[in-house]
Amino acid sequence: MSNRGVAEIRAVAAAVPDPELPVVTLGDLGILRDVRRTGDGGIEVVITPTYSGCPAMDAIRDDLRRALPGVSVVTVLSPPWTTDWITEEGRRKLREHGISPPGPTGGPVALTLAPACPRCGSLRTRLVSRYGSTACQAHFACRDCLEPFDHVKEI
Amino acid sequence: MIGALEIGDDCLVLSQRLAEWVTRAPTLEEDIALANLSLDLLGQARSLLSRAGDEDELAYLRDPAGFRNCLLVEQPNGDFAHTVVRHLLYATFLHALYADHPEDDVAAKGVKELAYHRDYARLWSVRLGRGTEESRRRMTAALESLWPYTGELFDDHPALRAPWAAYVHGVLDDSGLSAPEGGPQRRGGRRGEHEAHLTELLDELQALHREHAGATW
Repeated sequence: MSNRGVAEIRAVAAAVPDPELPVVTLGDLGILRDVRRTGDGGIEVVITPTYSGCPAMDAIRDDLRRALPGVSVVTVLSPPWTTDWITEEGRRKLREHGISPPGPTGGPVALTLAPACPRCGSLRTRLVSRYGSTACQAHFACRDCLEPFDHVKEI
Repeated sequence: MIGALEIGDDCLVLSQRLAEWVTRAPTLEEDIALANLSLDLLGQARSLLSRAGDEDELAYLRDPAGFRNCLLVEQPNGDFAHTVVRHLLYATFLHALYADHPEDDVAAKGVKELAYHRDYARLWSVRLGRGTEESRRRMTAALESLWPYTGELFDDHPALRAPWAAYVHGVLDDSGLSAPEGGPQRRGGRRGEHEAHLTELLDELQALHREHAGATW
């Protein structure tokens, strides 16, 4: 481990898929915050949860240790994760897999009134529930193609 | 300052209450919503209780008298209106507390989550308050039953009362409802003096750990 560069290790960590949204990686989601060398020559990978109670955190830690044996994984809450950290590449992958990416945040409860349907592109969509299949998603349906879809909600 | 034990216990107990709805909420969407609200609070509880000590020991091995949660959060779910009102009253308080402490990492993260909680409770309050005679009757009954537990919230945080009241009364106005008049207040949770509801809740929460010490999934 010690003879691999930090940049190389960062690339491996960033490429680990998210366990709940496996179409995107930890790097795409912006939950990989840092990879750094510690005083004793070890490597520390710093991650942050999307939501306080995100149940995927244990799986993410295990996946990182499997991909990078010997690293220590540190979890931080600050600064709090925001959907603004999801990369352009991450947004493209979400859309391609039928998940509507978040709009920009702003205001105490950011509301995208009409996220585009990721299947047909229609803006005639309706909110079914603020809460979807994971903590970070809301559930919508398209009025044109009638397809239900998940939307990563702005936070 | 955010009391790690007091607010951590509030979050843990309310999380457990909300989780009791899972598989029995009025609709599938609300089942998922309540589970998500519960999960947010569980995450906040874990972070806060870890500051106060060992999270598992604190959650699984304390007797009711050791808990410092306010009485409001241990109140049983009742019907859906009751749960909505309890959440409006508590989430508005916790949102204000977190918003007041941007330097605290749990609060800075939690405030974004609590904004959704407060809004969830607001939307359902309006829908039920302006819904049918029956839903309005249930909202009124829930307000009368839960209002006496709101005073305790501000014993440690008197400055939050005004912003809390402004928001809650605004929601009640929008819902065509009104807060009950004064009346005696019930408190004691912050001193470990709980109602029998907490004992019942902890019996369920702690049973597995007490029977099989050290059990893991």
